[in-house]
Amino acid sequence: MRVRALVIRIVRQFVRDKRTMALLIAAPLLVLTMMYLVFSGDKYEPKVGVVAIPAPFQAKLETSGMEIVAFGSIEEAENALAERKIDAYAAIRDGKPLIKLEGSDPGKNKSILLLFGQTMQDETQAGSAGILPEPSVGYLHGGSEMTAFDSLGPVFIGVFAFFFVFLIAGVSFLKERTSGTLERLLATPLRRWEIVVGYILGFGLFTGIQAVLIAAYSIHGLGLMMEGSIWLVLLVTLLLSVTALSFGTFLSAFAKSEFQMIQFIPLVIVPQVFFSGLFDLESMSPALRWISHLMPLKYGADALRSVMIRGEGWSVIDDDVFLLLALSLAFMAANVLALRKHRKI
Amino acid sequence: MTHESSSCVEIRDVIRNFGEKIVIERISLRVERGEIFGLLGPSGSGKTTLVKMLAGIDEATSGEISLLGVKLPKLAMMNRIGYMAQSDALYAELSAQENLSFFGSLFELGGARLKERIHYAMKLVGLEEHLNRIVSEYSGGMKRRLSLAIALLHEPEVLILDEPTVGIDPILRKSIWNELEALSAAGTTIIVTTHVMDEADKCHRLGMIRDGKLIAIGSPTDLKTRTGSSTIEEAFLHYGGERP
Ligand SMILES: Nc1ncnc2c1ncn2[C@@H]1O[C@H](COP(=O)(O)OP(=O)(O)OP(=O)(O)O)[C@@H](O)[C@H]1O
Ligand SMILES: [Mg+2]
Repeated sequence: MRVRALVIRIVRQFVRDKRTMALLIAAPLLVLTMMYLVFSGDKYEPKVGVVAIPAPFQAKLETSGMEIVAFGSIEEAENALAERKIDAYAAIRDGKPLIKLEGSDPGKNKSILLLFGQTMQDETQAGSAGILPEPSVGYLHGGSEMTAFDSLGPVFIGVFAFFFVFLIAGVSFLKERTSGTLERLLATPLRRWEIVVGYILGFGLFTGIQAVLIAAYSIHGLGLMMEGSIWLVLLVTLLLSVTALSFGTFLSAFAKSEFQMIQFIPLVIVPQVFFSGLFDLESMSPALRWISHLMPLKYGADALRSVMIRGEGWSVIDDDVFLLLALSLAFMAANVLALRKHRKI
Repeated sequence: MTHESSSCVEIRDVIRNFGEKIVIERISLRVERGEIFGLLGPSGSGKTTLVKMLAGIDEATSGEISLLGVKLPKLAMMNRIGYMAQSDALYAELSAQENLSFFGSLFELGGARLKERIHYAMKLVGLEEHLNRIVSEYSGGMKRRLSLAIALLHEPEVLILDEPTVGIDPILRKSIWNELEALSAAGTTIIVTTHVMDEADKCHRLGMIRDGKLIAIGSPTDLKTRTGSSTIEEAFLHYGGERP
């Protein structure tokens, strides 16, 4: 009954506050769209110059996905390279093949060398007149069509579901304290756990809507790769928001103002983003890698990746789900204890 | 004043520290049932600190407070206390009606009973025409009155009001005091902190607090005759620091 009153009040306040509602619901969609545009633009087509290379090889290069420009001499190609009109050129110098790259973008370097490598391999096989069958290239996960957005998208879903909820729930709970209404609430028979549960349920309603929108928009709107069950994606996204909710409301006990709440972003959000799978952690020292186990975002992002990219089911992500659940409950319990500072009973 | 059963509030040797700072220094006093008891004292003397302990929000560092025979703090007692904080604690995004029904629900009021109480409380503070307005559009005095209405909502046996009439005009203040007197006559105990002298005069008994110590207690006439003053203001100045 009392929890219900609290939930109704939070919902009413939230509906009145259009701007915060927009931040919670529209902002993640907007940022995801921007990420989509950044990470999955048209496939990169390197522009490569050639200087007097064997005609069959040039023909092969032209079909390999490179844009080929022919030059009369190495000097001309060198100039074009310096002016960045081309990304690389191929030539024969002193009877030896030569590939020269512009070289300032490692990503481009890698893809050009890869394309050359493939072409030369094909060439060798063609030379051996069909004795060896052409190797077919296969992928375990993803595929040659998979873009960076497909690979990072699940992590972004997790990060934004987490970040905006953390901030909004934390600031709202803080406001309850700074405006004196928390003290007023504690002058009623409301129990401390009822306050915490009321907040989780009231905000949970909106984070639920947010989770559905984010997941549906990234999968159907932005065409993010989706191999597994949408229900599992929703479950993980929702749990991640609930963790953010309980974490944010708990941490707000340690902030004196909205500004101090913002200061938690570089302290607790940014490191989580680093550890959540945007970067490869294999090369990191084991001691540091261990930290990632303390971060809720990591479990959420791992589970989302498993479901969305590898099409995995419940049996693979159940550990992550239970851990998120346990973390949420732990933060809620910690918050009930933190409220003791304001009223012992 | 003597028999145990008529006491509403009993404060025994209460000390409250904030860290090293002693804010309430061994106060003992009794408030009888149905009494209007005023707490008077300079700014920073510890009135709010004392009153918060009576409301069950804060706890004494040492000493004992019991309310209606029950030792505080106790959650079940919250139903019998109506508290109005010194600063308005309202949800500005919500309408007065929504604020009232939220706090009403916390005291398990609902349905027709809640409606009736909201009507009564808002009429008492002269806000019934503004029931559906958003609180952020309220003036300072209107917010104060709404806070008072919320404190009255669940018909508490003990009303604890921390400077209730700040920012309220004299006409309305008079009508609110008439109502408080009626409540007291009907058996509600009222504990009120104030800086307004004509209000202090209306209290049945007054406690003077200075630097966390209770330096005088008695009816307004008592205090005036004891200090040889003609007004409460003079008595206040007498106790409040003019002479040590
Ligand atoms: N949470 C706290 N931590 C530390 N000191 C506090 C705290 N609350 C109050 N104090 C101190 O206790 C003293 C009494 O404060 P209190 O608010 O009770 O005064 P007051 O009599 O209500 O004053 P006013 O008439 O201005 O409202 C002040 O010196 C104040 O600085
Ligand atoms: Mg005060």
